[in-house]
Amino acid sequence: MGQRTPLYDLHLALGAKMVDFGGWDMPLHYGSQVEEHHQVRRDCGVFDVSHMTVIDVTGSQAKEWLQHLLANDVDRLHGCGRALYSAMLNERGGVVDDMIVYRTEAAYRLVVNAATRDQDMAWMQARLGSYNVQMHERPELAMLAIQGPHARQKIAELVTQSRSSLIHQLKPFEGQADGDWFIARTGYTGEDGLEIVLPADQAPGFFNDLVGAGISPIGLGARDTLRLEAGMNLYGQDIHQDVSPLAANMAWSIAWEPAGRNFIGRAALEAELAVGVQFKLVGLVLEERGVLRAHQVVRIANVGEGEITSGSFSPTLSKSIALARVPTATADRAEVEIRGKWYPVRVVKPTFVRHGKTLI
Amino acid sequence: MSNIPADLRFAESHEWARLEADGTVTVGISDHAQEALGDVVFVELAEVGNVFAAEDQAGVVESVKAASDIYSPIAGEVIAVNDALSGEPELLNTDPYGTWIFKLKPSNPADLEKLLDAAGYKAAIGE
Repeated sequence: MGQRTPLYDLHLALGAKMVDFGGWDMPLHYGSQVEEHHQVRRDCGVFDVSHMTVIDVTGSQAKEWLQHLLANDVDRLHGCGRALYSAMLNERGGVVDDMIVYRTEAAYRLVVNAATRDQDMAWMQARLGSYNVQMHERPELAMLAIQGPHARQKIAELVTQSRSSLIHQLKPFEGQADGDWFIARTGYTGEDGLEIVLPADQAPGFFNDLVGAGISPIGLGARDTLRLEAGMNLYGQDIHQDVSPLAANMAWSIAWEPAGRNFIGRAALEAELAVGVQFKLVGLVLEERGVLRAHQVVRIANVGEGEITSGSFSPTLSKSIALARVPTATADRAEVEIRGKWYPVRVVKPTFVRHGKTLI
Repeated sequence: MSNIPADLRFAESHEWARLEADGTVTVGISDHAQEALGDVVFVELAEVGNVFAAEDQAGVVESVKAASDIYSPIAGEVIAVNDALSGEPELLNTDPYGTWIFKLKPSNPADLEKLLDAAGYKAAIGE
């Protein structure tokens, strides 16, 4: 038996097909993952993401420590309520994990992946050194993501007056506390929406209220196709310990300035840049019938070979799409081997759909 | 609990087979199989004229989640494939027993007796 979120019984009552995800028993879908996907793109849906790890970092040197630990620079978080996406790298420049960092009144709140929780905690604890920093994991909190073009408007109608006005005020990548809730305008679907961290004992009631108000529960199956269409990396598939962020469409999240900020992995990335980055992450679109899958081989004429890191069927585009790591030179056409046969694919920027709009 | 019609025969690999009045055998996948696969988005069909032994790979069903081989439940020659599945693969989800994948001219119609009956299949999938 895996770990269970506070919403486990509710998922079963809603007819979820449960699946193991990083040691957690999580809902894969509640009937049709394709329908759930469309629901989020067109209206809104609610995801239980309580399996994700919330860590609050406090102490007089919290900022300095995170500036050393992370490839993005938390000094860019001007004022309480801002958030940023960052990689945490090893000395070889490989990705230990990716996360969102929120600047709260008293701390920095890190939300890291569920499956990497143990390695992240060990990695961070081993690098505390003499910094005056405390890490507080928050397993007593649950987390819901409500995503879709109507998500904020619908949630604002279901919460207290002060939370409602906070929801209206938040700009993208901002998050604020209201009482014992933390409400952020972030997500992993390519749509507008919220992520709400709240005490575990309040989560089933709130989730139930949302479902009662007609907001569909959405499983991990649709979460994966939504993030794939949005071109967002999944840790363990598109990125891992041996992948450089420069080869994973994450260069934008590396803060090179100030030049003196010596974050872990910086030297390795600079060396990689000096010789030239060998691989890049691209999008693939299969025009024929079939489904691209992780680990299929990609062949680019006169350039070389690469590999699909994530592939699935795109419900929005009604065709198969993939993220693939290929030689930097690449081309606008390639071929993918599916069950011994080579299929032509289009090579595109790795963002397929954002805010309901097709980008390819 | 999935639907298991009493008039069909089943392979342990989750195909159903039905002997028709004209001696041909119609093949599809079970309700249990479509449920486990989730949303079906693509079906790679066999070709008319293919000759299969029992348990030969006879196509692929791809759901959003995964690709899954389909097998010929008995030996025979493919005499028809359901081209409607290229446009509407989700029929396998919505009506698994009303949606056929291919039809066989069996090498030996008695082979059907070797397949599981509804009760046997029910036991095989632990229901």
